[in-house]
Parts: sequence; C-alpha cells; structure tokens
Amino acid sequence: MPIEVEIVSPEKVLFSRAVDMAVMPGLEGDIAAMPDHAPMMLLLRGGVVELYQDGSVTDRFFVAGGFADMTATRCTILADQATALSDLSVDAAQTRLTALEASYEAADKMNVPALDLLMEKMQSARAEIEAAGGPAA
Amino acid sequence: MASLKELRARIGSVKSTKKITSAMKMVAAAKLRRAQTRAEAARPYATAMRRMLSELGRSTKGQSGQPVLLTGTGNDKVHLLVPMTSDRGLAGAFNANINRVTRNLIRRLQAEGKTVRLLPVGRKGHDYLTREFADLIVDHIHGSGGKEIPFSAAAELGEAITSRLEKGEFDVCTVIYNRFNNVMSQTPTELQLIPLAMPENDDVAAAPDAPVYEFEPGEEELLSRLLPRNLQVQLYATMLESAAGEQGARMTAMDSATRNAGKAIDRLTLTYNRTRQTNITNELIEIISGAQAV
Repeated sequence: MPIEVEIVSPEKVLFSRAVDMAVMPGLEGDIAAMPDHAPMMLLLRGGVVELYQDGSVTDRFFVAGGFADMTATRCTILADQATALSDLSVDAAQTRLTALEASYEAADKMNVPALDLLMEKMQSARAEIEAAGGPAA
Repeated sequence: MASLKELRARIGSVKSTKKITSAMKMVAAAKLRRAQTRAEAARPYATAMRRMLSELGRSTKGQSGQPVLLTGTGNDKVHLLVPMTSDRGLAGAFNANINRVTRNLIRRLQAEGKTVRLLPVGRKGHDYLTREFADLIVDHIHGSGGKEIPFSAAAELGEAITSRLEKGEFDVCTVIYNRFNNVMSQTPTELQLIPLAMPENDDVAAAPDAPVYEFEPGEEELLSRLLPRNLQVQLYATMLESAAGEQGARMTAMDSATRNAGKAIDRLTLTYNRTRQTNITNELIEIISGAQAV
C-alpha cells in the first residue's frame, strides 16, 4: 500500500505522488513516513528527502528546513525551500555559508534565540553543500 | 472653431494615446494570467499550514504562555497598519481605494485614542501617506515594481514585523490590501494578522474521529516555529492577491481608456469633417458670388 507524499514550498508544489516510503530529515533525527504511521507533526532540519519505490530511491529533494505533517495515508512536507538535488549548486551554498559564519561571528553572543537560528541556517547550508556533492563540512 | 490643422493634430495625438493604452491593456492581461497562476500555486502550502495550525491550536488550547504572535501583547494601544499598494499608477482606483481606507482607519483609531504606526508596502501608498502622516511611518518597503514576487519578499516583511513585535513596538497588526474578487473588481480589505485569529472551524479539526497527533519536538516549539512562518505565508498570499488585483485593475482601466479614446477620435473626426465641409461651402459661395458680380 503506497502513501501519498507531497513536497510543497511556499511558491509551488514540487512533488505529489504515491510512493512506498519517504525518509526525511527531522530536527531530532531522520524519520521515515510509511503507510499506517501514527499521525505526527515534526520540524525538519536542512537535509535530503528521499522517496522510495520498490526498495530503491526514485527521487531526492533538498529541503532547507520546514515542517512535515504525517497521517496514516499521506505525508505533507512543508519546506521553507525545496530543490531537486540536481539543481543544487555547491558554490551558491558555500557563499551563503561563509556569509552566515561571518554574521555568526559578529552576532551578539548573549542573544541565544538569534544564535540558535543562525546555527540552524549554517547547518542547513552545510547539508546543502554535502547534498550537492561538495566536500563534507 | 478650431482650424483644420489643429483638429488633425489632436486626432493624431489621441490615436497614439489609444495605441499606448491598448498595448498596456494587453500587457496587463498577460501579467494578470501569470499572477493568477502564481496565486494558485501558492495555495497548497497555505492550506496545509492552516491544517497544521488548527491541529496544533486544538492541542495547545487553554495552555498558558502561548506565543505572542498568537495571543498578542494583551494590549490594544498601538496599531501597526500595513497598506499594500502598487509601485506604478495607471491602474484606476486601485491605489486610491487602499489609501482612502487606510486614511479612514487611521482617523478612526486616532479618534479612539490609539497610537497608529505605518509600514506601507509599495511606492504609491508610501508617497500618499508621506504627505499627511509622515511622522507615523516607521519604515517602508517597495513592491516588486510589477515583476513577479518572490517568497523572500514576504519573508523579509514578516521578519521585520515579527522583530518589531518582539521589541514591543506595537500590539495589533493589520494589513490593508486589495482582495481579488475578479478581473473587474477588487475590494479593499482589512486583515488582522496579530493577534492571529485561529482557524477554528476547520473541517479536519471539527471531525470527531480526527487522529491524535504526536508532535516532535514539543507542541510549543512547533507552534513557535509555525506562527512566524504562517505570518509570512499570509503576507505572501496578500501580496500575490494584490499583484493580481493590480493587473486586473490596470486592465480594466486601460480598457475603458482605450474605449474613451475611440469615442474621442470619432467625435473629433466628425468635427473635422463638418469643418472641412463648411470651409468648402464657404469657398464655393465666395467663388459663385464673385462670378455673379462680374
């Protein structure tokens, strides 16, 4: 029995199809959405969503954080930004990471929520570089 | 009575105006189609977000310490208004409507003794409000200038609003934008974003056999992440609607301008022909009476 998976960015629907399993990067560890999974909502970190069909990966998308909403029959991934893996660019992500690291250095070290946010963005940029095939951070 | 030469010049100028307005109408029609497609493409995300929010709202209902984005600051003193206008004119009453509604709202809030702050989006609204309420404007953001609106524009605006809220600069935030009814009509609409009106009567949430969700990490954590994103999504939706409305309004305005130009040309041509005929008749009378006098 397949599960309906939708990957949606604020601007459009990137992927909508029934697959056997979807593995996504949860904030506290990777999670697989399968049919009859208990209903669950989770936060995503930057990473790759893998869609499985007949035991092998058919599609890969990079998501830069977001949310996922799973029920027994469907799984909706609300990505802050989603890109097909082939469209990723190592250089662009590297530039972004460098800028983020600079602003992390400059940031007020007492402002913990802002620092956490920056950390998360940096993690997402590093994951993007890795997903694009660049050197692992 | 204008001379023939003058009339010819005026007909010429009205004709070229008509060409321009009809070209603008075509451009607006093409842009409108694109804007509508984008607005539709953005809908699934907003729908899914609403579903998640109502689910979360249900399971956190009644808990204390809810995020300020949801409950507001508990006060109702300082209002932040975000009027959304276009960067360009020639769109009929599109911008004037927003400006009028904004002005009335400012007057009403001030009469109630509230403090009003403005964060206009789009050049036209900013230009108008600067004239009368320059001291109320805290910041302004230019629109996309008729180009396509990226989500990042809405995200920036949302972040700006959230950080102002966190600094305690306002209590209530309202967006004033043109809701897109159809190509012919847009309604100026006030939409309160903070405190947020939770979507209570959602079909999913209302179902008694709706599944009980697990949340990871916690409900509060999720809610505190979802709310700013929801603000951005709502802003994005209003921006897209406003953009589609702008093109619709411009299309309608340019359509009637083209029609008016056509009518003006007809009228001028009639006057031109009559004048020409009178001139010929006059000349003939002169020639004939001259010949008779000999």
